[in-house]
Amino acid sequence: MKKIIYAASCLLLIAAMLICASSCGTKSNDVINVFNWGEYIDSSLIPEFEKETGIHVNYSTAPTCEEMYAKIRNGGVNYDIVVPSDYMVSRMIEEGMLEKIDFDNVPNFKYVDESFRNPEYDPENEYSVPYQWGTVGVVYNKDIVDENESDIGSWDLLWNQKYSKQILMFDNSRDAIGIALKKMGKSYNVTSEDDIRAAAQLLIDEKPLVQAYVQDQIFDKIEGEEAAIAPCYAGDYFLMCEELGEGSEEKLGFFTPEEGSNLYVDAMCIPAGSQNKEGAEKFINFICDPKNMAVNTEYIYYSTAESAARDLLPDGMKHSSVMYPSGNELNQFETFTNLPVNCRRLYDKLWIKIMSA
Amino acid sequence: MKKKRAVPSKVYMAVVFIFMYAPIVLLMIFSFNNSKSRSVWRGFTLKWYRSLIHNDTIIHALEVTLAVSILAALIATILGTSAALGIFAMRRRPRQITMNANNIPMMNPDIILGVSLMLMFIFMARTMHLQIFRLGFLTLLIAHITFNTPYVILSVMPRLRQMDQKQYEAARDLGATNMQAFRLVVLPQIKSGIVTGLILSFTMSIDDVVVSYFTSGPTTETLGVIIFGMTRKRISPEINALCTIMFVVVLLLLLLINYRELKVNEEEAQE
Amino acid sequence: MKTTKAAAYPYVLWLILFTAIPMLIVFYYAFTNEAGSFTLMNFKDMADYSIVFFNSFRLAIISTLICLVLGYPMAYAMSKLGRRGRTAAMIMIMVPMWMNFLLRTYAWLTILENNGLLNAFLSAVHMPELHIINTPAAVGIGMVYNYLPFMILPIYNSLEAIDNSLIEAARDMGCSSSQVFTKVVLPLSIPGTVSGIIMVFIPAVSTFVISKILGGGASILIGDLIEMQFLGGTYDANMGAAISLVMMVIITLFTMITNKIDKDNDEGSVLMS
Repeated sequence: MKKIIYAASCLLLIAAMLICASSCGTKSNDVINVFNWGEYIDSSLIPEFEKETGIHVNYSTAPTCEEMYAKIRNGGVNYDIVVPSDYMVSRMIEEGMLEKIDFDNVPNFKYVDESFRNPEYDPENEYSVPYQWGTVGVVYNKDIVDENESDIGSWDLLWNQKYSKQILMFDNSRDAIGIALKKMGKSYNVTSEDDIRAAAQLLIDEKPLVQAYVQDQIFDKIEGEEAAIAPCYAGDYFLMCEELGEGSEEKLGFFTPEEGSNLYVDAMCIPAGSQNKEGAEKFINFICDPKNMAVNTEYIYYSTAESAARDLLPDGMKHSSVMYPSGNELNQFETFTNLPVNCRRLYDKLWIKIMSA
Repeated sequence: MKKKRAVPSKVYMAVVFIFMYAPIVLLMIFSFNNSKSRSVWRGFTLKWYRSLIHNDTIIHALEVTLAVSILAALIATILGTSAALGIFAMRRRPRQITMNANNIPMMNPDIILGVSLMLMFIFMARTMHLQIFRLGFLTLLIAHITFNTPYVILSVMPRLRQMDQKQYEAARDLGATNMQAFRLVVLPQIKSGIVTGLILSFTMSIDDVVVSYFTSGPTTETLGVIIFGMTRKRISPEINALCTIMFVVVLLLLLLINYRELKVNEEEAQE
Repeated sequence: MKTTKAAAYPYVLWLILFTAIPMLIVFYYAFTNEAGSFTLMNFKDMADYSIVFFNSFRLAIISTLICLVLGYPMAYAMSKLGRRGRTAAMIMIMVPMWMNFLLRTYAWLTILENNGLLNAFLSAVHMPELHIINTPAAVGIGMVYNYLPFMILPIYNSLEAIDNSLIEAARDMGCSSSQVFTKVVLPLSIPGTVSGIIMVFIPAVSTFVISKILGGGASILIGDLIEMQFLGGTYDANMGAAISLVMMVIITLFTMITNKIDKDNDEGSVLMS
């Protein structure tokens, strides 16, 4: 009996170690760890990449940019690809957290439109390649929100007492405080302490009306009618409509607030300490292939920075003025820039204050 | 008079049990619901179980969870049993010190245990450049052993106290080596404690979320961590299906422990 | 018995490596800044978060009290059952306890949601709907539900251990039922009650998972605060370590004070009574 137990435990041990070995892998040339947002890739692309290159992809997600930053900053883990937003790219460059990309290994970079090269957040374009971009607006449920509501078209809708507990808010400091700043008519990138504090106060005032601070759950809550009003990425609005099916545009409304809103670029980067930089570059190159980029963009419903990929999209997406604002429309948008360190500290502190108010 | 009092107390017990079980039962029922809705029943389906089986992330997490739980339970059992024997042989003062130290991982909230281990692993990996302490399977395993072992010790200790020490001494007097005496006399008497510790460790590991959340790496997230992540995204009835499966597994394990204990108790009663 | 003390040394080493040293590292982080030089700023800045501490403690204390009020009668009723009934009741209490607590919390999410089962039920019987999800009340319900078994079991154990002849003796000497309870049963069940309070309070005051799932991120607790500093939206490992340290100190004090009530506390009995 004891021998059996002994043998069984030995076998289990060996089995467990094998699983361990296969799951942690020796960090060699055949694995890359990709760290992205939730709901942010067409999952068919991963097996395709694996087939094409023989590199295994470990894919994990974070709900917000700040959480992504924390995980990498905290260290102790090796990622090979991260997809931070513009302002976070420049912060990570500033803090030495990114590797320079060898663009010789990313020939498909040539498809990236001129207007997205050498962006403010990466002036020499050494560290990042655009993944997707888009704008922020407000989604609302027309069954609950009065069609003649004067606040429609403004951020004020998120502060409207009538819809108490029907309102959602972003679960990260930069987006949430940014919305309050816009409501005040300020720039997203003000560094004046008074303005930032005033914006935080606005969010504290809003708090009794807010049902929850969420990020990826916005889909679930709006689609399931748990909540009626939420700030939302334009692409996500279309995705929700698609999932709700026919007639959903009658039900869900969307607008870009007149006070102005955010235009963001999420970019693929290689974090310092990557164990498989070459594999990461292959991945970037693979995503930049207009064919794959189009597949991905069609799935995510955001906007692509490659005209060649945009041409491959269905007409509805290709010509959507919400997805691809142009000319004057672009003026209402502002991008986030990296804030100085004292402002970031203030944001963090105020965010906790808002969360605990 | 006794009967009169028994009725309200039974009603009260029933109410508490309903409170404890209703949510779980509802959750399980809705894992068979043919709709994403979490409150409206739209017919029976197994599709959430099917999509669960085809979800690579979850299957991988299941592998990691099983691997870490089995390994951690085995190692903790060996470590803990040997520690219990050693502690039992100590004099009063060092014994108390060790037992108090043993309480630390149990009394500390999960989050502190997780955070402190994570900080240490990062410190090792970053400052000492020990790559093996990069958050991954090994770190997860160490963390699980750390919180499992105290429970093994606490299951084995009472058996040691109950043990008839004269038998061991007699065996030694009759010429058995220390090892033989241990194997033939001590082990049979503490075996039930060891097995209870093993199963307890295994369930604790399967159950853990918080410590794993802080000590797992990107490729070694456990089921608990994955479910936690899922509740912060879109909620799919797949979670219900997964919960149902986990519930059944834990239930079976628990029945196993209790069946064993009942049997042991009965044997003792017979003696 | 002469099993050698050396058998404990591997575990002692393990405790030093993976319990003592991590604690020291928490200390180190708590008293340094990002650059690694000594500072007390982390503790000074924590004053800003006192409201979080206050909210956490209030919620944890309320939940513990509710658990006590619900759990004591339950344990008492269980201890009055016959042998088989007691075993069955024990198992029934333990099943949810060993089940993943995420699962239990998630179950309440589906019940308390605005369009959840509770409101579906309420509207079916023409009652007004309740908005509980994403409020501290929802977090409290989640805590009580999760931790109630931790309260019931130790109390039950101490009640069950009471020698029946003591109760009979008290009756024979003319005590009424309520006197028997207050003079004999209650004092003898204090050790278990103390264990129960500790075992509920500690996880309740340190949770972040329950508040994340049921609280909608709107009412953060100390656990959330710590999590936010390490893996969440406001990265600051030094501050996180400082908050962890303060929480550890508070919990140690709490345990010590509570244990004072129960003087004959033996080694390890706190958890496994």
